[in-house]
Amino acid sequence: ANKIVQFHNCRILRNHRLIWDDLWVRNGIIQNPRLLFFEEKKGSDIKIDCKGKILSPGFIDLQINGGFEIDFSSNVENVEFGVQKVAKGLLQYGVTSFCPTIVTSPSHIYKAILAKIQPKKGSKNGAAILGVHLEGPFICHEKKGAHPEKFIRKLTGCDSVLEVYGDLTNVKIVTLAPELDNACEVIKMLSEKGIIVSLGHSVSNLEQAENAVNSGAKLITHLFNAMLPFHHRDPGIVGLLTSKKIDKQIYYGMISDGIHTNPAALRIAHRANPKGMILVTDAISAMGLEPGTYQLGQQHVTIDEKRAFVANTKTLAGSIATLPHCIRHFKKATLSSIEEALEAATLHPAECLGMENTIGTLNYGAQADFVLLTDDLQVYSTYIAGQLVYSNSQ
Amino acid sequence: MRLVILDDYDKVSLWAAKYIRNRINEFNPGPEKFFVLGLPTGSTPLGTYKKLIEFYKSGALSFKYVKTFNMDEYVNLPRDHPESYHSFMWENLFKHIDIDPKNAHILDGNAEDVIKECQSFEDKIKEAGGVNLFVGGIGPDGHIAFNEPGSSLVSRTRVKTLAQDTILANARFFDNDLSQVPRQALTVGVGTVMDAEEVMILITGAHKSYALHKAIEGGVSHMWTVSAFQQHPRTIFICDEDATLELKVKTVKYFKGLMEIHNKLVEERVPT
Repeated sequence: ANKIVQFHNCRILRNHRLIWDDLWVRNGIIQNPRLLFFEEKKGSDIKIDCKGKILSPGFIDLQINGGFEIDFSSNVENVEFGVQKVAKGLLQYGVTSFCPTIVTSPSHIYKAILAKIQPKKGSKNGAAILGVHLEGPFICHEKKGAHPEKFIRKLTGCDSVLEVYGDLTNVKIVTLAPELDNACEVIKMLSEKGIIVSLGHSVSNLEQAENAVNSGAKLITHLFNAMLPFHHRDPGIVGLLTSKKIDKQIYYGMISDGIHTNPAALRIAHRANPKGMILVTDAISAMGLEPGTYQLGQQHVTIDEKRAFVANTKTLAGSIATLPHCIRHFKKATLSSIEEALEAATLHPAECLGMENTIGTLNYGAQADFVLLTDDLQVYSTYIAGQLVYSNSQ
Repeated sequence: MRLVILDDYDKVSLWAAKYIRNRINEFNPGPEKFFVLGLPTGSTPLGTYKKLIEFYKSGALSFKYVKTFNMDEYVNLPRDHPESYHSFMWENLFKHIDIDPKNAHILDGNAEDVIKECQSFEDKIKEAGGVNLFVGGIGPDGHIAFNEPGSSLVSRTRVKTLAQDTILANARFFDNDLSQVPRQALTVGVGTVMDAEEVMILITGAHKSYALHKAIEGGVSHMWTVSAFQQHPRTIFICDEDATLELKVKTVKYFKGLMEIHNKLVEERVPT
């Protein structure tokens, strides 16, 4: 188990650049080979030829509602099974950790689900579960999107949050609307507990959004989507990307699937704030399925190559994007480098969660979660803690 | 003393690497018989290391039974600092070849007792049976390793304070911030290198031409420490045309006339 494994013949993403170098792993942790060589006087026990592939940190999806016919929010009974099925399925997409996302739901659903989805290390059985992303119910009626209106709640203070969600132990991210009464107080409380507050489903103006960020919020949920459109006298939440009145780097999720976000909007956001860009799938249960018609929850959904429609309509049922698809689309749409595109799905989400020393990076001391990619960013194989967990080379 | 004059830096690198390859292979090292190689850092040997790596990758050379001793290392610079000589050797040679980490020796500039560290380095060279081939470069002031002008020509491995010129020249590697540049180094002495069975000195570029002149046309002088190797029974200087600019035409012509003989030293031997 203490074997030193040397992955060689690869270009690794380190310090924002792809460089020809080897990756050294022991006990699931990325090692500094100089220290192994000079201090421990050790070389590698096993060499693995990466055949010239790109070696990127494993992808991190902060917003995913389900996939492979599983919808996290509606399968309360079997939620552990559902989460595990998705976790396993995500390995083929190079995702090594994710936040299962629960849409606006009644309180008893939160309590039931939260007790069952515990953070979990990744393995060959599935990507790591970082904690739950609770999207709602403290959101704005006018920007509810696909969320069921009857379960949307008011924020009456910190107690109301605990009352609705119950135990927050397994929660990683909460999306709320910053214009709600008591929002700043709640954001402070959640941030102090180490929970990332994301702003979204909101009609907030810029000032309210800035106050929220200065109270602890760090993230914006699917930028442009379910918020006020950019207006030059009040740019709203979108204005956070270039605000000078906030005390930290703001991160923002975007669904770069080529369908839910226009490429020009991707470019505007990326150019305004390249370091904050986080690619999310926001995928629904139809993600990962072959084309066809399915019964998903209460709906019949027809899936073609790229889209999921409510059956017999032209209404989009939600995103069925995979993260590598989003990375490829983002790179093409923004003309960004491979490095920038990869970091938007690795380093940036890790930084947003304050986990950039352990995931989303190939720095020494980090967990050896990584993906081998072809030059056109197709997943070739996936590793968690240095162990092969998926390979497409049959 | 031999002087090999080649057209340019690349040819120097290739020639030097072939020479080292032949020396190691002729020695026929094995588990009971290690070849001991002294190694420098700096820009001059980089090309030679690249060629050695190519030889290793093509199967023409193995470092499995080679022990290496590096000339020097800064004092109090973290081992993992990109400018440390540990980092240099790792990046430019060791990580590419099959050397056993136990056989790669570099002075520890962070040792608690640096004097003891120097002594133990000398002891390890002795235990290894002495250096078979010590490869070195020189500075424009003729220093070999960190034996700055004025160093004793019989010096052993020790702590050395760097000359102001060296500190200024090194500033470019430390964000041009003089306060970050190491002031001291551990270095093998001129005497340590003199003890090697054979010494190879690489000198390239016009800025080293005066040093080459001093090294081989001037007398032995502790102000040009490399000149000490005039008194070594087996020294080979390898230089490019630019480095000969300060030499006498007579000197250059004499050594160029010997090239046919010298080139035999680097011919690829077919193993018998």
